[in-house]
Amino acid sequence: MDLFGDYTLRLVALGSAVLGATSGALGSFAYLRRQSLLGDAVSHAALPGIVLAFMLTGSKVPLVLMLGAGLAGWIGTLAVQLVVRRSRVPYDSALGIVLAVFFGIGLVLLTHLQKQSNAAQAGLESFLFGQAASLLRRDVVTMAVLGTAALVILVLLWKEFKLLSFDPDFAASVGLPVRRLDGLLTLLLVVAIVIGLQTVGVVLMSAMIVAPAAAARQWSQRLAPMVVIAAAVGIFSGVAGSLFSSLIPRLPTGPTIVLVLSAIVVVSLFLAPHRGLLWRSLRRGALRAAPDLDPVLMHLYALSHQHPDDPEHGHSVAVIRTMSPPETNVDAALERLADRGLAQRTAGGSWAPTPIGRREARRIHDREAGEGP
Amino acid sequence: MTPELQIVLIAVVTAVAAALPGTYLVLRRTALVSDAISHAILPGIVVAFLLTHDLNSPILLVAAAATGVLTVFLIEALFRSRLVPEDASIGLVFPALFSIGVILISRYAGDVHLDTDSVLLGELALAPFDQMVIGGVEMGPRALWTMGVILVLNLVMIALAWKELKLATVDPGLAALLGFSPVAIHYSLMAMVSITAVGAFDAVGSILVVALMIAPPATAYLLVDRFAPMLWVGAAVAAACAILGFAIAYALDVSIAGSMAAMCGVLFTAALLLAPRRGLVAQARRRNSQRLDLGVRMLLVHLLHHQETEAEIEECRVPSLHRHLQWAESRTRQVVREAEQRDLVSRVGDLLNATAEGKRLAEVAIVGEPTG
Repeated sequence: MDLFGDYTLRLVALGSAVLGATSGALGSFAYLRRQSLLGDAVSHAALPGIVLAFMLTGSKVPLVLMLGAGLAGWIGTLAVQLVVRRSRVPYDSALGIVLAVFFGIGLVLLTHLQKQSNAAQAGLESFLFGQAASLLRRDVVTMAVLGTAALVILVLLWKEFKLLSFDPDFAASVGLPVRRLDGLLTLLLVVAIVIGLQTVGVVLMSAMIVAPAAAARQWSQRLAPMVVIAAAVGIFSGVAGSLFSSLIPRLPTGPTIVLVLSAIVVVSLFLAPHRGLLWRSLRRGALRAAPDLDPVLMHLYALSHQHPDDPEHGHSVAVIRTMSPPETNVDAALERLADRGLAQRTAGGSWAPTPIGRREARRIHDREAGEGP
Repeated sequence: MTPELQIVLIAVVTAVAAALPGTYLVLRRTALVSDAISHAILPGIVVAFLLTHDLNSPILLVAAAATGVLTVFLIEALFRSRLVPEDASIGLVFPALFSIGVILISRYAGDVHLDTDSVLLGELALAPFDQMVIGGVEMGPRALWTMGVILVLNLVMIALAWKELKLATVDPGLAALLGFSPVAIHYSLMAMVSITAVGAFDAVGSILVVALMIAPPATAYLLVDRFAPMLWVGAAVAAACAILGFAIAYALDVSIAGSMAAMCGVLFTAALLLAPRRGLVAQARRRNSQRLDLGVRMLLVHLLHHQETEAEIEECRVPSLHRHLQWAESRTRQVVREAEQRDLVSRVGDLLNATAEGKRLAEVAIVGEPTG
């Protein structure tokens, strides 16, 4: 089947790709700057902007609606900043208030519009959950132009944004206009969100900001590869999600894209080299399988010195555990030492070194002392 | 009861029930968990509905509340893995769960009233049509009963665990030190939030749940300083949002949930601007009066310095004062007026003289309060 021969599909795939690339790249910065949830607030805050833009102009030209959305989203971020800087209301509460209140205003405007039974407003609700199938050529062109502009600015100011994200104090000390750069980067994030609203919808757009970055972060320790991977993940999920939703009936676009993304995040969390959970548990398993016996024996030996007249005096497992690094499996190590005749269980479940164990411990001690300077 | 009164009652009960646990969320800086939970419970509701085919089954409530707690657990598991920061954990979990819910609805439950719009917007306007009937007698709207029970549950929970919840919220370190399990307290609170979100979700939609849980307690946080008053003021603000929001929605014939959320914003903004000590207006006024006070002191020091010298005629004349102090003329006029009102200077013709009290203040400004 020639999927990409279909005009609508090609259009939808292209639009989703633009959206994925922009939100992936800019989302990486938001993710690193701990602004993951700002995306949620901005996308909800955009709703009244979309409706107002339509009410004022009566047009559904994408640029007009996106301008309204962007303006409202931008005002939302300013409101969050004002509240956080000038009152004691915490950041997360400020985000929640802006999110819910702006969205509420958007709903009021939307229902007001619907009551006027104006047929022209039909389709504005598709901004709630997104509808890739409703994308027109002019929508995709606008998305592409805005997205490219945002990415070009990101590349041009790469060094500045990087410094701002990792060490804002240093950035300020070398004379960068930190406040203005911060505002610009947030504005670019707003642009990335606005681009995606029609495809993914207001409610789920925040996932497009967080998830590609979260997946990419697992695969890379460096900013540039992370941004590229995030953009690639964004493109892939955007295209795959919109394809699924156009091929399978009654499969809404936004949620489908988000599920593809979530699957990629889960896979990344488990499989990514070094950081991944699977990798981590393998490493831990290896530690467990071959516990290093020498340190535990040395602890037993050291404890036995506390009772020179009674070398068989036992010490509890808990004591030895506090002496060992947390990942050591002390019980297993003691059992193995007992198997080799180096340690023995005393009355009351405590442990003591055997005479052979003490001799072995002295030998290890002398060897390590001999290696010293 | 008229349907309007029933709607207002449901709204007020819901608002108060939401604002109570919301107070803890705001103070614990986990406000956005309400956003996560109110969205993420959707798949729980849908799956329970698909199994029972009854929108009124209490199993829906239970399933959704369980999903809410599961959401919190997933967020914490992600965050604890140290692979993802906390805010991103929230941002990853709830969109995924919400998406599952929306897809389940559009694929399997498209023709019942469980549609995606009502999920976000709620259907408060329809609530009076769904009456609780016991033995053939109408007992009032079902939503009122549900939310009433949840409100009572929340109140009982807060009363029983008052000390634990309060301490774990305002001083988690001390609470843990005293042996209150932070995990147990956290999950009880999250269960409370989930159950409230589930009950409110049906009546008012997920976005209003967020608005009612965060905005009224945050408003109260701007107005009062102690914990217990914050709880009650938050509840009162929430009730006011509900009543005013309904009135406006009724007058303009628009979404009730939306208008209540907007009203939350109006009341919060009012508090942000006008709160007695913390409001932006009070802040500006305080800054202004400090600026004025500083100006008066500088003026007094200037006068003291030049009084009874040859330069007095030039330095202490009102029309030329602004040049010597290097102030704008308007500020100079303002400061002189303030100093005169406080009887710190006296004016003879154009010439200003510090009074005895003025001189004392100027000396204090230069050398500090006399000791002893």
